[in-house]
Amino acid sequence: MAAITLKDIRKSYAGNEVIHGISIDIPDGEFVVIVGPSGCGKSTLLRMVAGLEEITSGTLEIGGRVVNDLEPRQRDIAMVFQNYALYPHMSVRENMAYGLKISKLPKPEIEARVARAADMLELQPYLDRKPRALSGGQRQRVAMGRALVRDPAALLLDEPLSNLDAKLRVQMRLEIKDMHLRTGQTTLYVTHDQVEAMTLADRLIVMNKGIAEQIATPLEVYERPASEFVAGFIGSPAMNILTVECRDGGALLPGGHPLALAGLPAAGQVRLGLRPEDLHPAQPGADTIPVELRSVEHLGADAFGYGTIAGSEMPLVLRLPGSTRAQRGERIDLRPDPAQIHLFDPADGRRMTARTQK
Amino acid sequence: MRRTVFPHKLLPWLLLAPQLAITLIFFYWPAAQAFRQSMLREDAFGLKTTFVGLANFRKVLADPAYLNALQVTVLFSALVAFFAMGIALFLAVQAEKVIRGKGFYRTLMIWPYAVAPAVAGMLWLFMFNPSFGTLAWPLRQMGVNWNPLLNSTHAMILVVAAAVWKQISYNFLFFVAGLQAIPRSLIEAAAIDGASRRHAFWTIVFPLLTPTTFFLLVVNTVYALFDTFGIIHAVTGGGPGKATETLVYKVYNDGFVNLIMGDSAAQSVILMVIVILLTAFQFRYIERRVHYG
Amino acid sequence: MAEASPFAARGAGRLVAHFWMILGVIVVAFPVYYVFIASTHTTQTILRPPLPLLPGPEAVRNYQDAFSGGISKIGGVSLWRLLANTTIVAMGIALGKIAISMASAYAIVFFRFPLRMACFWLIFITLMLPVEVRIQPTYKVMVDLGLIDTYPGLILPLIASATATLLFRQFFMTIPDELLEAARVDGAGPWRFFKDILWPLSLTNVAAIFVIQFIYGWTQYLWPLLVTNSNEMNTIVIALKKMISFADADTPWNLVMVTSVLAILPPILVVVLMQRWFVKGLVETEK
Repeated sequence: MAAITLKDIRKSYAGNEVIHGISIDIPDGEFVVIVGPSGCGKSTLLRMVAGLEEITSGTLEIGGRVVNDLEPRQRDIAMVFQNYALYPHMSVRENMAYGLKISKLPKPEIEARVARAADMLELQPYLDRKPRALSGGQRQRVAMGRALVRDPAALLLDEPLSNLDAKLRVQMRLEIKDMHLRTGQTTLYVTHDQVEAMTLADRLIVMNKGIAEQIATPLEVYERPASEFVAGFIGSPAMNILTVECRDGGALLPGGHPLALAGLPAAGQVRLGLRPEDLHPAQPGADTIPVELRSVEHLGADAFGYGTIAGSEMPLVLRLPGSTRAQRGERIDLRPDPAQIHLFDPADGRRMTARTQK
Repeated sequence: MRRTVFPHKLLPWLLLAPQLAITLIFFYWPAAQAFRQSMLREDAFGLKTTFVGLANFRKVLADPAYLNALQVTVLFSALVAFFAMGIALFLAVQAEKVIRGKGFYRTLMIWPYAVAPAVAGMLWLFMFNPSFGTLAWPLRQMGVNWNPLLNSTHAMILVVAAAVWKQISYNFLFFVAGLQAIPRSLIEAAAIDGASRRHAFWTIVFPLLTPTTFFLLVVNTVYALFDTFGIIHAVTGGGPGKATETLVYKVYNDGFVNLIMGDSAAQSVILMVIVILLTAFQFRYIERRVHYG
Repeated sequence: MAEASPFAARGAGRLVAHFWMILGVIVVAFPVYYVFIASTHTTQTILRPPLPLLPGPEAVRNYQDAFSGGISKIGGVSLWRLLANTTIVAMGIALGKIAISMASAYAIVFFRFPLRMACFWLIFITLMLPVEVRIQPTYKVMVDLGLIDTYPGLILPLIASATATLLFRQFFMTIPDELLEAARVDGAGPWRFFKDILWPLSLTNVAAIFVIQFIYGWTQYLWPLLVTNSNEMNTIVIALKKMISFADADTPWNLVMVTSVLAILPPILVVVLMQRWFVKGLVETEK
């Protein structure tokens, strides 16, 4: 087990930089999730840590040792691949034992470790099967087992759940969390799924276009997104973000509606972020936004409303109580929670510090 | 393109060395020699060689014997490709119609693939030998003056038959695979649409087999050009007269029997050009096949 | 059994199909059957058409005679020697080709090095030119290297082609990246990856290529004809050709027929016994 340190890690292909300098200190035992849309460089970053991809510049330390120029096998890591990459001609037992065999562990030790992992993952009955005779969930477990038997300094997982169906994904997510709590292994986990990211991570790296937009705990990321990108990426339905014209004590919304709202700059344009769950139905007033409902989806506990700001084409998504009887075509008024507004610089999308924000 | 590779730099060269060495010694060096020699001419005693540019090519292309060989080759290849593919396609379709016995039929159909062309030629010569051939005997009984050793038409029929026989196996396997690759739903849709089997075959199945047919056309042509040397050498020796002398046979004859090196080399170069054209044609076809996929 | 073919015919149509198949099989198998029958009769019976359609009483004698020196009298070399030569050549070509082409395909697919693509093309182009189009100069190289009448002379020029390399390259490219990555994370270097993972996964392809190349080697004609002068180095196909081209009234045709059967039988056995891999390999990889 070990800490991992990334110092200004960069990656270029043929002079074309795709990872633009990422730094993070991951203390021993932390579970860090790298999340972002496809093509953001998250897998490349993980593969650089694994040693499958060369590091163009920067330093990578695992357990206090610079490993930039070491082969994967010398880095004391284990990895779980998206498609599991089980050796098709080897049994489950052989798959798990292969790495240990190469590192020339004594046989009884190998057997003991495989047995322990198989126990933990409930794979005992399948040890002599070939991967093709296993279900998707079982294969996933074998891939986990193959990583765990190594007892590596760091465990790397590349979208390990994305080939599973929705139900199995939830179950395996809980198991992975559970396993981390038991083994306390330093873990780097790549996903594009924000639910996986939020639920598993001690800390998140939200990546976009080769940049770490924000590195923080899941709650911080949700409550104080560092950029418009992060705000839009984390949270479902996504945050509403409107361009508003600030005036004293409020803003002018699209459609020409004035809105009284504390915490805005005195003048100028800002991007105003309002999460659907922070817009509450209210009596019409100076501090409410009039919305024409285009459609309402009932999910039971909640309902999503899709509408536009009255008199404009500016779309707005609302999270309404499940008991709402609001219907399409109706007009409702919503009051934003002044403590939960987010402001972004229209020039670069970075978060602005508002006067009254907590 | 592979994402991950081993970082070694010297090892791949060691792995490549044997093949590169063999290729250079037995392929590039002789091929270069063929080009060089095709532009040289030796005097009658082999004492002096002179550079003659393209003269050998001009001489070869103007030589009636060469043009005869070209004509023989075209006729021979066309007959072999047509019959070998036609019969194989017919049998492949029949094989798909039956339900029991498919494996049995296939096992018997693939024998000739394993028979050397020269031996195939000899087998047919045994059967149709004018003096003791069991199958020549009924022909003679019927009053046909069958003699492939003297009659050039008979000789051509015999070498074509042997060459076709040998190639049916290969074509059969590919046509069966081609038929099996046609989506079941298309055949069923045609049946529901009321197409008769014959109609469905020519309007649906045959067009969908085009990639296989194209591929086999090239393979069969190359086969008829080169691999049938053994058949011709063993059965007719290019005769009677020069009735069955193909281009490859003539290269051999001029190079090893008549020892006219310059001509033989020029003919080799022409053959190389033909093969390269055929291969290029095949690649165009492969690209099209990818589009299909 | 798998689902019936969508082409399956019903009733009479199926019987007609069987009829054609049986006819086709008879035509295809008859020449082979014919020599086998001929090899069980005396020369007198063979020379007096038509030949009986059933095996004759001379089988044991003919084969015994052929193996115990009868062939030496007409071919100048024993049947055992001919079979041994042909087996050595066929195995040499098959195994040699598998070895060198697997090695070079492995280098081209799993490594990056300068001139990698140049090497690939250098090998790939040989696909286009069969040995037949450059026989004369290749022959000269053999003379210069002193390889006439030697096994290497019979084998090496015929393993210089690219077919097998391309097939292995194609197959290696279908190996998922992740498998190699997993192996590297598990600590496998190039040799272990090859031995523990790639080789076991390649076995079907190796078997298919083995059959195809064994047949290719066994049935060679033009090349052995050129590089062997001594009867001692003849392959069985060449020896057979020599026997019939010097045919005269005294030719023991029964022994020639035995030789024919033995020239045909081993490759047929290989194809029939390894049919599954052979058919798959031929159809799936040669395209």
